[in-house]
Amino acid sequence: MSDASESRSAYTVRLELVDEPGELLRALAPIADNGGNLLSIFHERGSLTPRGHIPVEVDLEATPERFETIVSALREAGVNVIRAGAERYGEELSVVLVGDLVETDLSDTLSRVEQANAAVADVALSAPAGTDEPSSARLRLATETGQRERALDTVRELADEKDLHLVEPLAGGDR
Amino acid sequence: MKLAVVGCGAVGRAVCELAGSYGHRVTAIADSTSAAVDEGGLDVETVLDRKAERGTVGSGDREHALAGEYDVLVEATPTTLGDAEPGFFHAERALARDAHVVLANKGPVAERYGDLRAAERDSAGTVLFEATVGGAIPILSTIADLGPEDVTAVRGILNGTANFVLSRMSAEGLDYEHVLAEAQDLGVAETDPTFDVEGTDAALKCVILANVLGDGDVTLDDAQVEGITRLTPSALDLASEDGRTVRLVGEVTDGEDPTVRVGPRLVPEHGTLAVTGTQNIVQLETRHAGQLNLSGRGAGGRATASAVLADVGRLP
Ligand SMILES: NC(=O)c1ccc[n+]([C@@H]2O[C@H](COP(=O)([O-])OP(=O)(O)OC[C@H]3O[C@@H](n4cnc5c(N)ncnc54)[C@H](OP(=O)(O)O)[C@@H]3O)[C@@H](O)[C@H]2O)c1
Repeated sequence: MSDASESRSAYTVRLELVDEPGELLRALAPIADNGGNLLSIFHERGSLTPRGHIPVEVDLEATPERFETIVSALREAGVNVIRAGAERYGEELSVVLVGDLVETDLSDTLSRVEQANAAVADVALSAPAGTDEPSSARLRLATETGQRERALDTVRELADEKDLHLVEPLAGGDR
Repeated sequence: MKLAVVGCGAVGRAVCELAGSYGHRVTAIADSTSAAVDEGGLDVETVLDRKAERGTVGSGDREHALAGEYDVLVEATPTTLGDAEPGFFHAERALARDAHVVLANKGPVAERYGDLRAAERDSAGTVLFEATVGGAIPILSTIADLGPEDVTAVRGILNGTANFVLSRMSAEGLDYEHVLAEAQDLGVAETDPTFDVEGTDAALKCVILANVLGDGDVTLDDAQVEGITRLTPSALDLASEDGRTVRLVGEVTDGEDPTVRVGPRLVPEHGTLAVTGTQNIVQLETRHAGQLNLSGRGAGGRATASAVLADVGRLP
């Protein structure tokens, strides 16, 4: 093993936790168990993800190999990992979806976007109360370099399938 | 030059009014049911007064205008899809007698570009159509100056009505229906705004651009088109929280097989493309000259007529 792969780097992992006692500890166990070093835990009280979960951001230090193991262990333990190791992601894009987001299962939409090699870095949902105006969501997606178009294609397919109106970014990014 | 102006609506009328100041004579004017013809030059004011009062331009029929004496036929009848008639027929008639054709009508250049160019090849006449894309803005002549092969992509805001609606919605937080009604009251949107808000008009302009940049066999059917009718104030708010706004953007990419897409896009809120009101803008990506931005009035009788008359001035 080379020195470079032995050196520890800092990573950020964003998790989504169910709001239950002991859940945070359970979620963090795979980190220590696999040789990761916890640097900080950020847990914003009162804020909920669109799926009704609690977002938690964890900074940790690990070797790249161990980091991969940690992320898999977290996923195996049933912890929802939203975004892991920002440095993997070279490109970001935002989209806005308009339509019946709740009825068409937003969490399914998000997890299918993530299956397409894009991390959902941020979700903002707007569902105007007391009107029949459809809801809308802004998604910020992080993709690996060169995977932007692929992620966008997935979003297009989902929007088509769920009859959501998609507002895309400009081809090639902001101008 | 002697002009035959076919179509006497907002554009045709303004062409007739301004022709004299550009040094041209109007020798024929036609609308949907009538025509006025005078080889020596019509008294435009009298004809337009008659049109305003009686709804017709003269006592002749359209055939008299087409068969009359002229160097350039200005085509300003309504844009139609598919066979692009009656515009295509008018252009073909003029070319068949070796006259030039200047189009404001988008139909023939968007839907039958190949046919029109073929008719032009067999004629001593030339076809120009600056007014069809971006009204007063000199987009096509800029592309011609640069050389179409130097232009790698074009994107832009090419429909003033849609842009007015979107910029009002995001500035005021008002819903689509409300702003559209307001635009109709102001005369910015037509009674039937379908072409504008569904993206068809912007798509036709992009198709014309794609034809100019590529092989010339693109039609509206090849374009992916989405309009703005499903946008909501809260969607615009979400964009704005992220430093962006939404505009109906047309994108044409170059290549053997140019792609044409029109739809609502996120653009930086204070960026070049985020023009407001009925303003249009086009960005050209070029191989040697970097990015060029051209903006201005994309519609309006006089603005459009100025592009028509600029074309007349460019004719060989
Ligand atoms: N308005 C703009 O700002 C603008 C900008 C760029 C391009 N254009 C294009 O320019 C063209 C004219 O636009 P516009 O705004 O002037 O339209 P408009 O006000 O609707 O006028 C259309 C004119 O065409 C006439 N017409 C209809 N069918 C005809 C036929 N078969 N033969 C002869 N004349 C016929 C109409 O006759 P009647 O008067 O008898 O009804 C009318 O005078 C359209 O193709 C439009 O897409 C317009």
